Amino acid sequence: MSVHALRKSASSSCSNILVVFVGIGLPIEASAPAYQSHGTEGSHLTNITNTKKAFPVLAVNYEHVRKPFEIALWILLALLMKLGFHLIPRLSAVVPESCLLIVVGLLVGGLIKVIGEEPPVLDSQLFFLCLLPPIILDAGYFLPIRPFTENVGTILVFAVIGTLWNAFFMGGLLYALCQIESVGLSGVDLLACLLFGSIVSAVDPVAVLAVFEEIHINELVHILVFGESLLNDAVTVVLYNLFEEFSKVGTVTVLDVFLGVVCFFVVSLGGVLVGAIYGFLAAFTSRFTSHTRVIEPLFVFLYSYMAYLSSEMFHLSGIMALIACGVVMRPYVEANISHKSYTTIKYFLKMWSSVSETLIFIFLGVSTVAGPHAWNWTFVITTVILCLVSRVLGVIGLTFIINKFRIVKLTKKDQFIVAYGGLRGAIAFSLGYLLSNSHQMRNLFLTAIITVIFFTVFVQGMTIRPLVELLAVKKKKESKPSINEEIHTEFLDHLLTGVEGVCGHYGHYHWKEKLNRFNKTYVKRWLIAGENFKEPELIAFYRKMELKQAIMMVESGQLPSVLPSTISMQNIQPRAIPRVSKKREEEIRRILRANLQNNKQKMRSRSYSRHTLFDADEEDNVSEVRLRKTKMEMERRMSHYLTVPANRESPRPGVRRVSFPTVHFEQPSPPSTPDAVSLEEEEEEEVPKRPSLKADIEGPRGNASDNHQGELDYQRLARCLSDPGPNKDKEDDDPFMSC
Amino acid sequence: MGASQSAGTEHEFQDLADRTGFSLEQIGNINKRFRQLSNNEETLSREDLASIPALDNNPIRAQIINAFFDKRNLHQNETGTVQEIGFEEFLMVMTHFRPAAMGITEEERENLRRDKLRFLFNMHDTDSDGTINLEEYRRVVEELLSKAGTIGQETAKAIADAAMLEVASTTRGKMEPDEFYEGITFENFLQILNTFDIETRMHVRFLHMDTATLRCGKSK
Repeated sequence: MSVHALRKSASSSCSNILVVFVGIGLPIEASAPAYQSHGTEGSHLTNITNTKKAFPVLAVNYEHVRKPFEIALWILLALLMKLGFHLIPRLSAVVPESCLLIVVGLLVGGLIKVIGEEPPVLDSQLFFLCLLPPIILDAGYFLPIRPFTENVGTILVFAVIGTLWNAFFMGGLLYALCQIESVGLSGVDLLACLLFGSIVSAVDPVAVLAVFEEIHINELVHILVFGESLLNDAVTVVLYNLFEEFSKVGTVTVLDVFLGVVCFFVVSLGGVLVGAIYGFLAAFTSRFTSHTRVIEPLFVFLYSYMAYLSSEMFHLSGIMALIACGVVMRPYVEANISHKSYTTIKYFLKMWSSVSETLIFIFLGVSTVAGPHAWNWTFVITTVILCLVSRVLGVIGLTFIINKFRIVKLTKKDQFIVAYGGLRGAIAFSLGYLLSNSHQMRNLFLTAIITVIFFTVFVQGMTIRPLVELLAVKKKKESKPSINEEIHTEFLDHLLTGVEGVCGHYGHYHWKEKLNRFNKTYVKRWLIAGENFKEPELIAFYRKMELKQAIMMVESGQLPSVLPSTISMQNIQPRAIPRVSKKREEEIRRILRANLQNNKQKMRSRSYSRHTLFDADEEDNVSEVRLRKTKMEMERRMSHYLTVPANRESPRPGVRRVSFPTVHFEQPSPPSTPDAVSLEEEEEEEVPKRPSLKADIEGPRGNASDNHQGELDYQRLARCLSDPGPNKDKEDDDPFMSC
Repeated sequence: MGASQSAGTEHEFQDLADRTGFSLEQIGNINKRFRQLSNNEETLSREDLASIPALDNNPIRAQIINAFFDKRNLHQNETGTVQEIGFEEFLMVMTHFRPAAMGITEEERENLRRDKLRFLFNMHDTDSDGTINLEEYRRVVEELLSKAGTIGQETAKAIADAAMLEVASTTRGKMEPDEFYEGITFENFLQILNTFDIETRMHVRFLHMDTATLRCGKSK
């Protein structure tokens, strides 16, 4: 948004916030000024009498830490509130968090006012530069791409045309209202009303996220509302700036309107372009970070923030830049960074966006108490009603048109949720706050905006959940990622591309295929480190699954007791079952066990440095679990090993290799990725034959290689799950499961 | 196409439209394409389809071409393949890619799903025995990854095996160690792709075929 339009009072309101805290009854405060004055007195005295002061053992200097102290205090307060809500289960089930936080804000604001101080208002600079970006980045980085691109046409129609419709409808009708004598607002001109309409018409991503996150609605509706709230930023920017400029000038010409339209395209496409550029830069940078894994997450955050700031600098749409940056950089960055960095990014983004959201709602409550209000019943009530009406009309009208072009039509229920889920939030408030004081209606507008926000967040936010239940709207399908589905998704893509080719129709799939191929041959080559760019998606998916399962197992510490009749490879491949003597089996097991114990000792002596991220305590736990897991692996594999026929009569001379079945994907005991890779290499020789295992084991020599294999596997597992060292293996660059 | 021919074909088209559910316009478009591909002959052969340049980079090209000549897809209760197909058969195969119409009943939707999934199943089940066994599934995954080089080939087996295990676990639950899971039957296939909304995904926009911009596919 237009940071550019900030006034000096913005900075003064910052100091207002600080002044407030001086007023809050912190006990230390009282002594601070006293001490200052005492100090000056003392210096006077020393000038005259040269008496020696005692060395201050304990001194208080609040001024020294005031600003960061206060900021930290506010954030801590916000988080404690959030904590409190979740401890009261019944409350959090009925009332969405955003409502509770606003109420808290109201209480805090009221408290401050009672004390007699001026409560701080949500500072627009603070909001747009610090509080909003994390939320948007979080949304953009984890945007589900497939549903988004499939519905992008619909989303754009809602975002652009829907917002325009809302703005003009509301502005126009409010102007008509103001013309009525009895309302007493005849001073309001059309442009001011249109400006107000444009501020209050935009669906807010923060509020939508906060409410929709809790209702788990089906993917289609979710992405429609959410996508709309993100993409309407461009429209809002243009309309706001346009009307702000016009209302200063007072007249509108056709040229201005034309320039406005051009401006819209510039703002939106420019924002996307800026974001994409930074996204590619981030992807390119991440290609070289294999030696400095610890700072990888920072690149992601900083490049994204720079994209936001750069586009704000040019008056382009910062939100769209941020989304574009996240979307563009994600596939490449994820292929390059380590698993730990990925987790870090995920958690930091969630953490920051959570804090931001909490602070925004609390401040909204506080600002309500603080802000200058001008109440006009008619105007405010009409605004609220018009908001609802225009939204509903807009959605119905647009859906009617859109459904002619969609394959999957939007049902009435979908339309209802889309209309009802159009919540307004803090962006509208901040934009209203940014209005210069020259607008005589500013206070009235602010009051109306706050009322609309309260209405949508409280009434719509609270009732949407029971309504979803009542209308039996489709919920999100909780499905585990299934490899069969993934195979068929890809299969279907190719099939449809092929059939489109047969039909001679260059459709959706054709272009998607072209883009994929372009991506693979040119782009990935530059942006992905190492050889990973050749890896097809299916394999990446498979590896992700395996890795995720392995990690889940380690973390849960839960080793499956061998279920008596779990399905394993034996059930799928028929075979004759020769057996090795029990005694030999036991021998082998004992040796393996002993070997793994040795490894345990080695683990303990791992060095602790800044560049590895292991905690000493956690390490022990994790290593314990890993050992047990690997031991179980070994044992299971041994039993496989011993029950599959040999394809060869005699063991190969020279290099003695033990080959295991390529698949260990048993539920619930999953394989470990490094093993899969290492074993594939061994399988190479046996590609023409069925996966074969050697059933006969020679004496100590066989055992030695088993041990070696066990050790190797164990180390690979360890390396896979930790931060890689300088000589990274291919395993370490495995991409991961997306959330 | 001469005037006399068009009169005759109109009638045929109407008949086909009634049987397949396509509109006359769509059938007209598909017919034009058929004529293009078959060089204005009455039947289409494998070579005609194989020469379409758009299919060149497709990893499952062979399967797609086979699907057109597979008798099971022609709504006949026979198995095996034919060497050439006429327009009616071409149209029959295309019916599998019709989108779901708005406001169809649950039963119709279910039938549509089964129809489309049957098509996919037939593509995988190359020996027409009614089950997809491990070898066939492996070949499916291998073909999918055939453009991926050696890395693909090695993990293809692992992936196919994993997928097979998943199907077995989902459909059979527990099995004794010496029981044998023969392969994926059609019912199992339906089960594992339960959450896969195929009726909305497997479609081609036939009405948008603009004959003026149709690429012949023979311009090599």
